[in-house]
Amino acid sequence: MNYRAIYIILLLFAFVTLLYSFTSENGYFTITPKDVELKIPKGFPKPVYDFKQNKITPQGFVLGRKLFYDPILSKDSSISCASCHQRFAAFAHIDHPISHGINGLFGKRNVPALQNLIWDNSFMWDGGVNNLEVQPINPITNPVEMNETLGHVIYKLQRNTEYADMFKQAFGTDKITSQQLLKALTQFIGLMVSDNSRFDKYLRHEDTLSQAEFHGFQVFKSHCANCHAGQLFTDNSYRNTGLKPDTALKDSGRAAITGLTDDYMKFKVPGLRNVAITYPYMHDGRFRNLKQVINHYSGGKLYGNYDQSINKDRGLSETDKADIIAFLNTLTDETFLHDRRFQDPNIYAVSSK
Amino acid sequence: MNCKGVIKLVCIMAVVATAMSFKSNTKGKFIIQFSNYVGNEKLVLDSSTYKNALGQPFTVSMFKYYISNIHLKNSNGNDYVCNNGYFLVDEEDTNSKQIVLNDVPNANYSSISFILGVDSIHNCNGAQAGALDPANGMFWAWNTGYIFLKFEGNSPASHSNGNTLAFHIGGYKQPANCIRTVTLGIKSFAIKATDNQISTLNLKADVLELFKTPVNIDFSKTSSVIDFHNAEMIADNYINMFSVKQ
Repeated sequence: MNYRAIYIILLLFAFVTLLYSFTSENGYFTITPKDVELKIPKGFPKPVYDFKQNKITPQGFVLGRKLFYDPILSKDSSISCASCHQRFAAFAHIDHPISHGINGLFGKRNVPALQNLIWDNSFMWDGGVNNLEVQPINPITNPVEMNETLGHVIYKLQRNTEYADMFKQAFGTDKITSQQLLKALTQFIGLMVSDNSRFDKYLRHEDTLSQAEFHGFQVFKSHCANCHAGQLFTDNSYRNTGLKPDTALKDSGRAAITGLTDDYMKFKVPGLRNVAITYPYMHDGRFRNLKQVINHYSGGKLYGNYDQSINKDRGLSETDKADIIAFLNTLTDETFLHDRRFQDPNIYAVSSK
Repeated sequence: MNCKGVIKLVCIMAVVATAMSFKSNTKGKFIIQFSNYVGNEKLVLDSSTYKNALGQPFTVSMFKYYISNIHLKNSNGNDYVCNNGYFLVDEEDTNSKQIVLNDVPNANYSSISFILGVDSIHNCNGAQAGALDPANGMFWAWNTGYIFLKFEGNSPASHSNGNTLAFHIGGYKQPANCIRTVTLGIKSFAIKATDNQISTLNLKADVLELFKTPVNIDFSKTSSVIDFHNAEMIADNYINMFSVKQ
């Protein structure tokens, strides 16, 4: 082999190394202080969750992201948060009316999307959880989801040198605590803000709605916005929408939290951002598509002590229904769905093998 | 300045410094020592059998509770309030039965009050650490809130699987607010730091009181309270659980 060949090989090697350095951890997945700045979108209210009690740092966010995508949180390392919260579905679980957790066991409720969580004053379909930081304890400890204990998660993280190092970088201490675990996860999920759908652009006069979308918006305002209110599309109330109680699931909804018979079958009004891609719908995922949902409100049989405001939504025309769906499609936020910050950090490593 | 002058000056400074240090030493160390009893017998986990007011025999396998918001009342109005002090007293952990408060102002105190449980703010503030770490197993995830008191045991009277007894009492809001403030007179209890005295107050917690006054608990009818159902009934009983041990 002559010197020229060696020279070319070295040059090629340098080129590949250079390419790798742009696309690896140092590139696509790098989080800078600018990436973790919380910007309150124009027109949104003041967030309920205050990051003053949990200062977001690139280290804390990256740690939260790693934890979110890591099945180490489950008892047998089979289920991660992302198993049921898929990024391309605005972190809901497409096509799963009810998700399956550890050992293929089923829960009893539809996975909600994860977005704009810092504006929520309660979590879960029944609103039983009062603070975003303590929400992740539920899937971690639920016997049909991850079936772990917080104590054992901490034990596993502490003996993992990579995590021990990342917790130290994020929180400055050698001893990992559940408080740090939960605060890191909150930094990651709390920054999931959807504010750049076509509808948002329409509100900012950067885009226009088609005739059908605009008409759908008008019908929506008079028939749906009573509960799906404001730019977050929820008034954070609990409502009985007249669904037939499922005799197998036996879900009493909000009543399980308040103990009030009046709250039987009441569930939290969900926000509607990215609604077109978070199917199926309702607390138990019984409706496959938006058309079924609107047909339920507009003419479906209503059961139990349902919310009387539904009565005024009966008898929408087929055009009204189609246009509402056209409008709801404008709530899909491609910027949020493709935000590289929320990408699974393991994907590059996996695909390069 | 000559050598004597320097020595004099140093002596004066030393005296002044000592005097100042005495003057600033107006706070003492205060220990609350908890002892768990069943009636007049000391609580022994697992091996001892006791009887409730209805004569039903039972054993105890777990007994723990939160103490917070400790407040010492002084007749002069100079009360001592322990903010951010949250303690989990666990029969299984000897150290946990001793609450040590440093820097309690010297005074004669006439009563002590504390919350059996955790105040509502700390039930709502998100992920906590220390005694309030949810990993301690005293936390409900699905309906956020701390379990204030856990009693577990067995009784042949219980119809639960394995004759178990389980009383997990907690909750800070409707439908079950189990926060109870306990107030006990302590007959001019003095805290003095000047002579480096450690003041110890011995408190007795009586397990039997969980199951009597105002409501007698019949284990054949109520063998477990593990959510808001009947929780306030037990909370109204446990407010009578503590007494000052002479």
